[in-house]
Amino acid sequence: MILKEAPGPGPEQEFRSYLSEGRFMIQRSRFSGRYVFFPRVAEPESGRSDLEWVEASGFGTVYSITVNRTREGSYNIALIELDEGPRLMSRVEGVETVPIGTRVKARITEIDGEPAVVFDVVREGGAA
Amino acid sequence: MSGNSIRGRTAIVGIGGAGWGEAPGRTAIELLADAALAAIEDAGLELKDIDGLCAATSVHAFPTLSVAEYLGIKPTFFDGTNIGGSSFVMHLLQAALALDAGLCNAVLICYGSNQRTAGGRLISMSEPQWHEKPYKPRHPITSYALAAQRHMYEFGTTREMLADIAVAARQWANLNPNAFARGPLTREDVLNSRMVSDPLTSRDCCLVTDGGAACVMVRADRAKSLKKKPVYVLGVGGAHSHRSITQMADLTRTAAAESGPRAFAMAGLKPSDVDLVMLYDAFTITTLLFLEDLGFCPKGEGGRFVQDGAIAPGGKLAVNTNGGGLSCVHPGMYGLFLILEAVTQIRGEAGARQLKTCDIALCHGNGGTLSSQVTAILGSEATL
Repeated sequence: MILKEAPGPGPEQEFRSYLSEGRFMIQRSRFSGRYVFFPRVAEPESGRSDLEWVEASGFGTVYSITVNRTREGSYNIALIELDEGPRLMSRVEGVETVPIGTRVKARITEIDGEPAVVFDVVREGGAA
Repeated sequence: MSGNSIRGRTAIVGIGGAGWGEAPGRTAIELLADAALAAIEDAGLELKDIDGLCAATSVHAFPTLSVAEYLGIKPTFFDGTNIGGSSFVMHLLQAALALDAGLCNAVLICYGSNQRTAGGRLISMSEPQWHEKPYKPRHPITSYALAAQRHMYEFGTTREMLADIAVAARQWANLNPNAFARGPLTREDVLNSRMVSDPLTSRDCCLVTDGGAACVMVRADRAKSLKKKPVYVLGVGGAHSHRSITQMADLTRTAAAESGPRAFAMAGLKPSDVDLVMLYDAFTITTLLFLEDLGFCPKGEGGRFVQDGAIAPGGKLAVNTNGGGLSCVHPGMYGLFLILEAVTQIRGEAGARQLKTCDIALCHGNGGTLSSQVTAILGSEATL
Protein backbone atom coordinates (compact mmCIF):
# COMPACT_ATOMS: atom_id res chain seq x y z
CA MET A 1 0.00 0.00 0.00
CA ILE A 2 0.86 3.66 -0.19
CA LEU A 3 0.33 5.38 3.15
CA LYS A 4 0.41 9.17 2.89
CA GLU A 5 1.52 11.40 5.72
CA ALA A 6 -1.11 13.99 6.62
CA PRO A 7 0.76 16.63 8.58
CA GLY A 8 -0.55 20.00 9.60
CA PRO A 9 -3.75 21.73 8.57
CA GLY A 10 -5.63 20.65 5.44
CA PRO A 11 -6.83 22.98 2.70
CA GLU A 12 -10.13 23.83 4.40
CA GLN A 13 -8.40 25.00 7.57
CA GLU A 14 -5.71 26.81 5.56
CA PHE A 15 -8.42 28.70 3.65
CA ARG A 16 -10.07 29.76 6.90
CA SER A 17 -6.70 30.87 8.32
CA TYR A 18 -5.99 33.05 5.27
CA LEU A 19 -9.47 34.52 5.54
CA SER A 20 -8.93 35.45 9.19
CA GLU A 21 -5.77 37.28 8.03
CA GLY A 22 -7.92 39.24 5.57
CA ARG A 23 -6.81 37.30 2.49
CA PHE A 24 -9.20 35.64 0.00
CA MET A 25 -7.11 32.80 -1.36
CA ILE A 26 -8.00 30.16 -3.95
CA GLN A 27 -6.02 27.22 -5.26
CA ARG A 28 -4.33 26.74 -8.63
CA SER A 29 -2.75 23.67 -10.19
CA ARG A 30 0.92 24.31 -10.96
CA PHE A 31 0.71 21.97 -13.94
CA SER A 32 -2.59 22.94 -15.58
CA GLY A 33 -3.00 26.49 -14.29
CA ARG A 34 -6.61 25.65 -13.48
CA TYR A 35 -8.08 27.44 -10.47
CA VAL A 36 -9.98 25.44 -7.87
CA PHE A 37 -12.62 26.45 -5.31
CA PHE A 38 -13.76 25.12 -2.80
CA PRO A 39 -10.32 24.13 -1.47
CA ARG A 40 -9.29 20.48 -1.84
CA VAL A 41 -6.28 18.22 -1.50
CA ALA A 42 -6.07 17.69 -5.27
CA GLU A 43 -7.28 19.10 -8.56
CA PRO A 44 -10.65 17.55 -9.48
CA GLU A 45 -10.61 15.14 -12.43
CA SER A 46 -6.81 14.95 -12.83
CA GLY A 47 -6.19 14.14 -9.16
CA ARG A 48 -2.95 16.14 -9.29
CA SER A 49 -1.94 17.20 -5.79
CA ASP A 50 0.03 20.19 -7.06
CA LEU A 51 -2.36 22.88 -5.85
CA GLU A 52 -0.81 26.13 -4.65
CA TRP A 53 -2.52 29.03 -2.92
CA VAL A 54 -2.90 32.28 -4.86
CA GLU A 55 -4.69 35.48 -3.98
CA ALA A 56 -8.03 35.78 -5.79
CA SER A 57 -8.41 38.93 -7.89
CA GLY A 58 -11.74 39.35 -6.11
CA PHE A 59 -13.50 40.29 -9.32
CA GLY A 60 -16.37 38.22 -10.55
CA THR A 61 -19.80 38.12 -12.20
CA VAL A 62 -23.17 37.14 -10.80
CA TYR A 63 -23.95 33.73 -12.36
CA SER A 64 -27.31 33.41 -10.63
CA ILE A 65 -29.07 34.95 -7.65
CA THR A 66 -32.21 34.39 -5.58
CA VAL A 67 -33.86 36.22 -2.70
CA ASN A 68 -34.82 34.02 0.21
CA ARG A 69 -38.04 35.52 1.60
CA THR A 70 -39.10 34.73 5.14
CA ARG A 71 -41.32 36.37 7.73
CA GLU A 72 -38.16 37.42 9.58
CA GLY A 73 -36.79 39.22 6.52
CA SER A 74 -35.26 38.69 3.12
CA TYR A 75 -31.69 38.23 1.93
CA ASN A 76 -30.05 37.26 -1.33
CA ILE A 77 -27.98 34.18 -2.06
CA ALA A 78 -25.81 34.35 -5.16
CA LEU A 79 -23.53 32.15 -7.20
CA ILE A 80 -20.52 34.24 -8.18
CA GLU A 81 -18.27 33.21 -11.03
CA LEU A 82 -14.80 34.46 -10.23
CA ASP A 83 -12.75 35.90 -13.09
CA GLU A 84 -10.35 33.01 -12.46
CA GLY A 85 -13.15 30.53 -13.31
CA PRO A 86 -14.45 28.81 -10.19
CA ARG A 87 -17.89 29.53 -8.78
CA LEU A 88 -18.78 30.07 -5.16
CA MET A 89 -21.84 30.78 -3.07
CA SER A 90 -21.99 34.21 -1.46
CA ARG A 91 -24.21 37.25 -1.21
CA VAL A 92 -24.24 40.67 -2.84
CA GLU A 93 -24.34 43.29 -0.11
CA GLY A 94 -26.17 46.61 -0.09
CA VAL A 95 -28.88 45.56 -2.55
CA GLU A 96 -31.95 43.31 -2.41
CA THR A 97 -30.92 41.67 -5.68
CA VAL A 98 -29.07 42.45 -8.93
CA PRO A 99 -29.37 41.17 -12.51
CA ILE A 100 -27.42 38.11 -13.57
CA GLY A 101 -24.23 39.29 -15.24
CA THR A 102 -23.62 42.12 -12.77
CA ARG A 103 -19.91 42.71 -12.06
CA VAL A 104 -18.98 42.35 -8.40
CA LYS A 105 -15.89 42.54 -6.19
CA ALA A 106 -15.10 40.49 -3.10
CA ARG A 107 -14.77 41.89 0.39
CA ILE A 108 -14.05 40.03 3.60
CA THR A 109 -16.52 40.61 6.38
CA GLU A 110 -17.74 38.74 9.42
CA ILE A 111 -20.81 36.52 9.41
CA ASP A 112 -21.91 34.94 12.70
CA GLY A 113 -18.54 35.77 14.22
CA GLU A 114 -16.50 34.12 11.44
CA PRO A 115 -14.70 35.80 8.53
CA ALA A 116 -16.52 35.30 5.23
CA VAL A 117 -16.30 36.54 1.64
CA VAL A 118 -19.16 38.73 0.41
CA PHE A 119 -19.45 40.83 -2.75
CA ASP A 120 -20.24 44.44 -3.63
CA VAL A 121 -21.50 45.71 -6.97
CA VAL A 122 -18.70 47.24 -9.04
CA ARG A 123 -19.76 50.80 -9.91
CA GLU A 124 -18.72 52.40 -13.18
CA GLY A 125 -15.05 53.17 -13.22
CA GLY A 126 -14.26 49.86 -11.55
CA ALA A 127 -14.26 50.80 -7.87
CA ALA A 128 -16.37 48.63 -5.60
CA MET B 1 -21.68 -1.40 -22.88
CA SER B 2 -25.41 -0.86 -23.21
CA GLY B 3 -26.28 -3.46 -20.57
CA ASN B 4 -28.91 -4.95 -22.87
CA SER B 5 -28.54 -8.31 -21.19
CA ILE B 6 -30.90 -7.29 -18.37
CA ARG B 7 -33.56 -5.66 -20.57
CA GLY B 8 -36.92 -7.17 -19.64
CA ARG B 9 -35.33 -9.81 -17.38
CA THR B 10 -37.14 -8.54 -14.28
CA ALA B 11 -40.55 -7.06 -13.57
CA ILE B 12 -42.46 -5.09 -10.99
CA VAL B 13 -45.26 -7.33 -9.80
CA GLY B 14 -46.66 -5.55 -6.77
CA ILE B 15 -47.17 -1.95 -5.70
CA GLY B 16 -48.52 -0.47 -2.51
CA GLY B 17 -48.93 2.79 -0.66
CA ALA B 18 -50.01 3.99 2.76
CA GLY B 19 -51.15 7.22 4.36
CA TRP B 20 -50.68 9.52 1.37
CA GLY B 21 -51.35 13.09 2.41
CA GLU B 22 -51.83 13.19 6.16
CA ALA B 23 -51.33 10.25 8.49
CA PRO B 24 -51.54 11.69 12.00
CA GLY B 25 -50.04 9.55 14.73
CA ARG B 26 -48.11 7.31 12.34
CA THR B 27 -44.33 7.08 12.24
CA ALA B 28 -42.22 6.87 9.07
CA ILE B 29 -41.50 3.17 9.46
CA GLU B 30 -45.12 2.36 10.23
CA LEU B 31 -46.12 3.96 6.92
CA LEU B 32 -43.26 2.18 5.16
CA ALA B 33 -44.27 -1.20 6.60
CA ASP B 34 -47.94 -0.72 5.71
CA ALA B 35 -46.96 0.15 2.13
CA ALA B 36 -44.56 -2.81 1.95
CA LEU B 37 -47.20 -5.29 3.09
CA ALA B 38 -49.68 -3.78 0.62
CA ALA B 39 -47.21 -4.22 -2.24
CA ILE B 40 -46.50 -7.82 -1.26
CA GLU B 41 -50.25 -8.57 -1.09
CA ASP B 42 -50.79 -6.85 -4.45
CA ALA B 43 -48.19 -9.20 -5.93
CA GLY B 44 -49.89 -12.24 -4.44
CA LEU B 45 -46.77 -13.04 -2.45
CA GLU B 46 -46.13 -13.41 1.26
CA LEU B 47 -43.68 -11.60 3.47
CA LYS B 48 -41.59 -14.77 3.80
CA ASP B 49 -41.04 -14.72 0.02
CA ILE B 50 -39.05 -11.46 0.26
CA ASP B 51 -35.30 -12.11 0.24
CA GLY B 52 -34.08 -8.84 -1.28
CA LEU B 53 -34.49 -5.41 0.26
CA CYS B 54 -33.84 -1.88 -0.98
CA ALA B 55 -34.77 1.11 1.16
CA ALA B 56 -33.98 4.75 1.78
CA THR B 57 -35.63 7.30 4.05
CA SER B 58 -34.86 10.74 5.48
CA VAL B 59 -34.77 9.48 9.05
CA HIS B 60 -32.92 6.15 9.05
CA ALA B 61 -29.13 6.11 8.90
CA PHE B 62 -29.18 2.36 8.12
CA PRO B 63 -32.49 1.94 6.32
CA THR B 64 -32.23 -1.71 5.30
CA LEU B 65 -31.32 -2.69 8.88
CA SER B 66 -34.31 -0.81 10.29
CA VAL B 67 -36.74 -2.18 7.72
CA ALA B 68 -35.48 -5.78 7.89
CA GLU B 69 -35.78 -5.73 11.68
CA TYR B 70 -39.23 -4.15 11.65
CA LEU B 71 -40.69 -6.58 9.12
CA GLY B 72 -38.72 -9.56 10.39
CA ILE B 73 -36.98 -10.47 7.17
CA LYS B 74 -33.42 -11.64 6.57
CA PRO B 75 -32.51 -10.52 3.07
CA THR B 76 -29.71 -12.20 1.13
CA PHE B 77 -29.39 -9.04 -0.97
CA PHE B 78 -29.81 -5.51 0.35
CA ASP B 79 -29.04 -2.00 -0.81
CA GLY B 80 -29.57 1.20 1.16
CA THR B 81 -27.98 3.53 -1.36
CA ASN B 82 -29.13 7.07 -0.63
CA ILE B 83 -28.64 9.65 -3.38
CA GLY B 84 -31.73 11.63 -2.40
CA GLY B 85 -35.18 11.32 -3.93
CA SER B 86 -33.89 9.43 -6.96
CA SER B 87 -32.62 6.55 -4.79
CA PHE B 88 -35.58 4.28 -5.51
CA VAL B 89 -35.23 4.58 -9.27
CA MET B 90 -31.59 3.51 -8.80
CA HIS B 91 -32.80 0.64 -6.59
CA LEU B 92 -34.62 -0.72 -9.66
CA LEU B 93 -31.24 -1.24 -11.31
CA GLN B 94 -29.61 -2.77 -8.22
CA ALA B 95 -32.61 -5.09 -7.78
CA ALA B 96 -32.62 -6.07 -11.47
CA LEU B 97 -28.91 -6.91 -11.34
CA ALA B 98 -29.23 -8.88 -8.10
CA LEU B 99 -32.27 -10.83 -9.32
CA ASP B 100 -30.66 -11.58 -12.66
CA ALA B 101 -27.51 -12.77 -10.92
CA GLY B 102 -29.58 -15.09 -8.73
CA LEU B 103 -28.58 -13.39 -5.47
CA CYS B 104 -32.23 -13.26 -4.43
CA ASN B 105 -35.71 -14.06 -5.78
CA ALA B 106 -38.04 -11.25 -4.69
CA VAL B 107 -36.92 -7.71 -3.91
CA LEU B 108 -38.93 -5.22 -1.86
CA ILE B 109 -38.16 -1.54 -2.58
CA CYS B 110 -39.69 0.68 0.09
CA TYR B 111 -39.97 4.14 1.66
CA GLY B 112 -41.95 5.95 4.32
CA SER B 113 -42.17 9.43 5.82
CA ASN B 114 -44.40 11.30 8.26
CA GLN B 115 -42.81 14.70 7.62
CA ARG B 116 -46.10 16.57 7.29
CA THR B 117 -47.66 15.59 10.59
CA ALA B 118 -44.27 15.41 12.33
CA GLY B 119 -43.52 19.08 11.70
CA GLY B 120 -44.88 20.25 8.38
CA ARG B 121 -41.42 20.83 6.99
CA LEU B 122 -39.14 18.93 4.70
CA ILE B 123 -37.07 16.56 6.79
CA SER B 124 -33.56 15.96 5.51
CA MET B 125 -30.41 14.26 6.78
CA SER B 126 -28.42 16.25 4.22
CA GLU B 127 -25.47 17.97 5.89
CA PRO B 128 -24.67 21.65 5.17
CA GLN B 129 -21.74 22.32 2.82
CA TRP B 130 -19.14 24.25 4.82
CA HIS B 131 -18.37 26.74 2.04
CA GLU B 132 -22.07 27.55 1.57
CA LYS B 133 -23.12 27.68 5.20
CA PRO B 134 -22.34 31.36 6.04
CA TYR B 135 -24.77 32.52 3.34
CA LYS B 136 -27.66 30.53 4.83
CA PRO B 137 -29.02 28.81 1.73
CA ARG B 138 -32.38 27.16 2.37
CA HIS B 139 -31.86 23.98 0.39
CA PRO B 140 -33.37 22.50 -1.56
CA ILE B 141 -35.34 25.54 -2.73
CA THR B 142 -32.34 27.88 -2.93
CA SER B 143 -30.60 25.65 -5.46
CA TYR B 144 -33.68 25.17 -7.61
CA ALA B 145 -34.44 28.90 -7.54
CA LEU B 146 -30.88 29.61 -8.71
CA ALA B 147 -31.36 27.13 -11.58
CA ALA B 148 -34.71 28.69 -12.51
CA GLN B 149 -33.23 32.21 -12.53
CA ARG B 150 -30.44 31.09 -14.78
CA HIS B 151 -32.84 29.32 -17.16
CA MET B 152 -34.95 32.47 -17.40
CA TYR B 153 -31.83 34.53 -18.10
CA GLU B 154 -30.45 32.24 -20.79
CA PHE B 155 -33.62 31.18 -22.59
CA GLY B 156 -36.31 33.75 -21.86
CA THR B 157 -38.31 31.31 -19.76
CA THR B 158 -41.03 33.14 -17.81
CA ARG B 159 -42.77 32.69 -14.47
CA GLU B 160 -45.98 32.14 -16.45
CA MET B 161 -44.42 29.14 -18.20
CA LEU B 162 -43.36 27.68 -14.85
CA ALA B 163 -46.86 28.33 -13.50
CA ASP B 164 -48.38 26.32 -16.34
CA ILE B 165 -46.45 23.28 -15.08
CA ALA B 166 -48.11 23.60 -11.65
CA VAL B 167 -51.51 24.07 -13.29
CA ALA B 168 -51.07 20.95 -15.48
CA ALA B 169 -50.08 18.91 -12.42
CA ARG B 170 -53.20 20.09 -10.58
CA GLN B 171 -55.44 19.20 -13.50
CA TRP B 172 -54.08 15.66 -13.45
CA ALA B 173 -54.47 15.53 -9.65
CA ASN B 174 -58.11 16.47 -10.07
CA LEU B 175 -58.57 13.16 -11.93
CA ASN B 176 -56.80 11.19 -9.18
CA PRO B 177 -58.79 10.38 -6.02
CA ASN B 178 -55.50 9.58 -4.23
CA ALA B 179 -54.01 13.04 -4.84
CA PHE B 180 -53.66 15.26 -1.78
CA ALA B 181 -54.04 18.69 -3.42
CA ARG B 182 -57.17 18.89 -5.52
CA GLY B 183 -59.40 21.73 -6.67
CA PRO B 184 -59.05 24.59 -9.12
CA LEU B 185 -55.66 26.20 -9.65
CA THR B 186 -54.99 28.90 -12.26
CA ARG B 187 -51.84 30.43 -13.65
CA GLU B 188 -52.72 33.62 -11.72
CA ASP B 189 -53.10 31.63 -8.48
CA VAL B 190 -49.54 30.37 -8.90
CA LEU B 191 -48.14 33.79 -9.82
CA ASN B 192 -49.94 35.49 -6.92
CA SER B 193 -49.05 32.98 -4.22
CA ARG B 194 -46.34 33.77 -1.70
CA MET B 195 -42.85 34.30 -3.16
CA VAL B 196 -40.53 31.91 -1.33
CA SER B 197 -37.26 32.20 -3.22
CA ASP B 198 -37.27 34.26 -6.41
CA PRO B 199 -38.63 33.27 -8.91
CA LEU B 200 -40.37 30.35 -7.16
CA THR B 201 -43.63 30.86 -5.27
CA SER B 202 -45.16 28.42 -2.81
CA ARG B 203 -47.17 26.96 -5.73
CA ASP B 204 -43.97 26.29 -7.68
CA CYS B 205 -42.95 23.99 -4.82
CA CYS B 206 -43.91 20.38 -4.20
CA LEU B 207 -46.25 19.42 -1.40
CA VAL B 208 -45.10 18.46 2.07
CA THR B 209 -47.10 15.30 2.81
CA ASP B 210 -46.83 12.03 4.68
CA GLY B 211 -46.78 8.73 2.87
CA GLY B 212 -45.35 5.27 2.37
CA ALA B 213 -44.66 3.53 -0.92
CA ALA B 214 -43.31 0.15 -1.97
CA CYS B 215 -42.92 -2.17 -4.92
CA VAL B 216 -41.91 -5.80 -5.38
CA MET B 217 -39.69 -7.10 -8.18
CA VAL B 218 -39.07 -10.66 -9.37
CA ARG B 219 -37.50 -12.28 -12.43
CA ALA B 220 -39.63 -12.16 -15.58
CA ASP B 221 -40.21 -15.92 -15.74
CA ARG B 222 -41.83 -15.91 -12.30
CA ALA B 223 -43.68 -12.65 -12.92
CA LYS B 224 -45.96 -14.25 -15.49
CA SER B 225 -47.45 -16.65 -12.94
CA LEU B 226 -48.28 -13.98 -10.35
CA LYS B 227 -51.53 -12.13 -9.70
CA LYS B 228 -51.03 -8.86 -11.56
CA LYS B 229 -49.95 -7.94 -15.10
CA PRO B 230 -46.14 -7.62 -14.86
CA VAL B 231 -44.45 -4.33 -15.65
CA TYR B 232 -41.00 -5.03 -17.04
CA VAL B 233 -37.81 -3.12 -16.31
CA LEU B 234 -36.46 -2.31 -19.78
CA GLY B 235 -33.67 0.08 -18.94
CA VAL B 236 -32.17 2.09 -16.09
CA GLY B 237 -29.33 4.60 -16.07
CA GLY B 238 -28.01 6.95 -13.42
CA ALA B 239 -25.59 9.86 -13.30
CA HIS B 240 -24.03 12.17 -10.68
CA SER B 241 -23.02 15.74 -11.38
CA HIS B 242 -22.26 17.45 -8.06
CA ARG B 243 -23.02 17.61 -4.36
CA SER B 244 -23.03 21.40 -3.90
CA ILE B 245 -24.93 23.57 -6.36
CA THR B 246 -21.76 25.72 -6.57
CA GLN B 247 -20.07 22.83 -8.39
CA MET B 248 -22.79 22.22 -11.01
CA ALA B 249 -21.07 23.09 -14.27
CA ASP B 250 -24.17 24.57 -15.94
CA LEU B 251 -27.32 25.22 -13.92
CA THR B 252 -29.50 24.79 -17.01
CA ARG B 253 -28.14 21.36 -17.98
CA THR B 254 -28.65 18.43 -15.61
CA ALA B 255 -27.10 14.97 -15.60
CA ALA B 256 -30.46 13.69 -16.89
CA ALA B 257 -28.78 14.31 -20.26
CA GLU B 258 -26.49 11.38 -19.33
CA SER B 259 -28.86 9.12 -17.38
CA GLY B 260 -31.57 9.34 -20.06
CA PRO B 261 -29.49 8.10 -22.99
CA ARG B 262 -28.09 5.31 -20.77
CA ALA B 263 -31.58 4.11 -19.92
CA PHE B 264 -32.82 4.46 -23.51
CA ALA B 265 -29.80 2.54 -24.82
CA MET B 266 -30.46 -0.34 -22.42
CA ALA B 267 -34.14 -0.36 -23.39
CA GLY B 268 -33.43 0.00 -27.12
CA LEU B 269 -35.95 2.86 -27.23
CA LYS B 270 -36.10 6.61 -27.87
CA PRO B 271 -38.10 9.50 -26.37
CA SER B 272 -40.74 9.39 -29.11
CA ASP B 273 -41.57 5.79 -28.09
CA VAL B 274 -42.65 6.85 -24.59
CA ASP B 275 -46.38 6.94 -23.74
CA LEU B 276 -46.06 8.31 -20.19
CA VAL B 277 -43.38 10.61 -18.80
CA MET B 278 -43.05 10.64 -15.00
CA LEU B 279 -40.63 13.40 -13.96
CA TYR B 280 -39.57 14.24 -10.43
CA ASP B 281 -41.29 17.62 -9.95
CA ALA B 282 -39.84 18.87 -6.68
CA PHE B 283 -40.31 22.34 -8.17
CA THR B 284 -41.86 23.47 -11.44
CA ILE B 285 -38.39 24.12 -12.88
CA THR B 286 -37.39 20.45 -12.56
CA THR B 287 -40.17 19.26 -14.88
CA LEU B 288 -38.97 21.77 -17.45
CA LEU B 289 -35.26 20.85 -17.13
CA PHE B 290 -35.94 17.12 -17.43
CA LEU B 291 -38.21 17.50 -20.48
CA GLU B 292 -35.26 19.20 -22.17
CA ASP B 293 -32.45 17.01 -20.87
CA LEU B 294 -34.29 13.75 -21.61
CA GLY B 295 -34.89 14.82 -25.21
CA PHE B 296 -38.64 15.58 -25.23
CA CYS B 297 -37.90 19.10 -26.47
CA PRO B 298 -34.76 21.05 -27.42
CA LYS B 299 -32.61 22.70 -24.73
CA GLY B 300 -34.07 26.04 -23.78
CA GLU B 301 -37.50 25.28 -25.26
CA GLY B 302 -39.01 23.66 -22.15
CA GLY B 303 -40.90 26.79 -21.16
CA ARG B 304 -42.53 27.18 -24.55
CA PHE B 305 -43.13 23.40 -24.72
CA VAL B 306 -45.24 23.27 -21.54
CA GLN B 307 -47.34 26.35 -22.24
CA ASP B 308 -51.10 26.34 -22.52
CA GLY B 309 -51.91 22.83 -21.36
CA ALA B 310 -49.42 20.87 -23.46
CA ILE B 311 -48.63 18.52 -20.55
CA ALA B 312 -52.08 18.73 -18.92
CA PRO B 313 -54.84 16.13 -19.51
CA GLY B 314 -55.59 16.06 -23.24
CA GLY B 315 -52.26 17.72 -24.07
CA LYS B 316 -49.59 16.60 -26.51
CA LEU B 317 -47.49 14.68 -23.94
CA ALA B 318 -48.74 12.85 -20.83
CA VAL B 319 -46.55 14.05 -17.95
CA ASN B 320 -47.03 13.24 -14.25
CA THR B 321 -50.54 11.83 -14.57
CA ASN B 322 -50.87 11.26 -10.80
CA GLY B 323 -50.59 15.02 -10.19
CA GLY B 324 -46.89 14.80 -9.37
CA GLY B 325 -45.03 15.97 -6.32
CA LEU B 326 -46.67 19.32 -6.94
CA SER B 327 -50.24 18.12 -6.35
CA CYS B 328 -50.42 14.37 -5.57
CA VAL B 329 -47.95 13.42 -2.86
CA HIS B 330 -44.42 14.39 -1.77
CA PRO B 331 -43.25 13.05 1.58
CA GLY B 332 -39.67 14.28 1.04
CA MET B 333 -38.22 11.59 -1.24
CA TYR B 334 -40.64 11.13 -4.12
CA GLY B 335 -38.83 8.72 -6.48
CA LEU B 336 -40.83 5.60 -5.66
CA PHE B 337 -44.12 7.37 -6.33
CA LEU B 338 -43.05 7.89 -9.96
CA ILE B 339 -42.71 4.14 -10.31
CA LEU B 340 -46.07 3.44 -8.68
CA GLU B 341 -47.90 5.71 -11.13
CA ALA B 342 -46.07 4.24 -14.13
CA VAL B 343 -47.02 0.72 -13.06
CA THR B 344 -50.63 1.79 -12.42
CA GLN B 345 -50.88 3.27 -15.93
CA ILE B 346 -49.20 0.33 -17.69
CA ARG B 347 -51.54 -2.07 -15.86
CA GLY B 348 -54.52 0.01 -16.97
CA GLU B 349 -55.62 0.69 -13.38
CA ALA B 350 -55.52 4.50 -13.46
CA GLY B 351 -59.29 5.15 -13.57
CA ALA B 352 -60.35 8.59 -14.80
CA ARG B 353 -56.77 9.54 -15.66
CA GLN B 354 -55.97 6.32 -17.52
CA LEU B 355 -54.10 6.92 -20.78
CA LYS B 356 -55.60 5.25 -23.87
CA THR B 357 -52.27 3.67 -24.71
CA CYS B 358 -49.62 3.12 -22.08
CA ASP B 359 -47.09 0.44 -22.92
CA ILE B 360 -43.91 2.41 -22.25
CA ALA B 361 -43.36 4.72 -19.30
CA LEU B 362 -40.29 6.72 -18.37
CA CYS B 363 -39.62 7.46 -14.70
CA HIS B 364 -37.05 10.11 -13.95
CA GLY B 365 -35.76 10.58 -10.42
CA ASN B 366 -33.85 13.58 -9.13
CA GLY B 367 -31.86 13.73 -5.91
CA GLY B 368 -30.12 16.34 -3.78
CA THR B 369 -29.93 19.73 -5.47
CA LEU B 370 -30.16 18.52 -9.09
CA SER B 371 -27.24 16.32 -8.01
CA SER B 372 -28.19 12.76 -8.89
CA GLN B 373 -30.31 11.84 -11.89
CA VAL B 374 -31.72 8.38 -12.57
CA THR B 375 -33.92 7.37 -15.49
CA ALA B 376 -35.85 4.12 -15.74
CA ILE B 377 -37.94 2.84 -18.62
CA LEU B 378 -40.72 0.41 -17.82
CA GLY B 379 -42.85 -1.51 -20.27
CA SER B 380 -45.82 -3.83 -20.70
CA GLU B 381 -45.50 -7.38 -22.01
CA ALA B 382 -46.01 -5.99 -25.54
CA THR B 383 -42.60 -4.26 -25.31
CA LEU B 384 -40.59 -7.44 -24.72
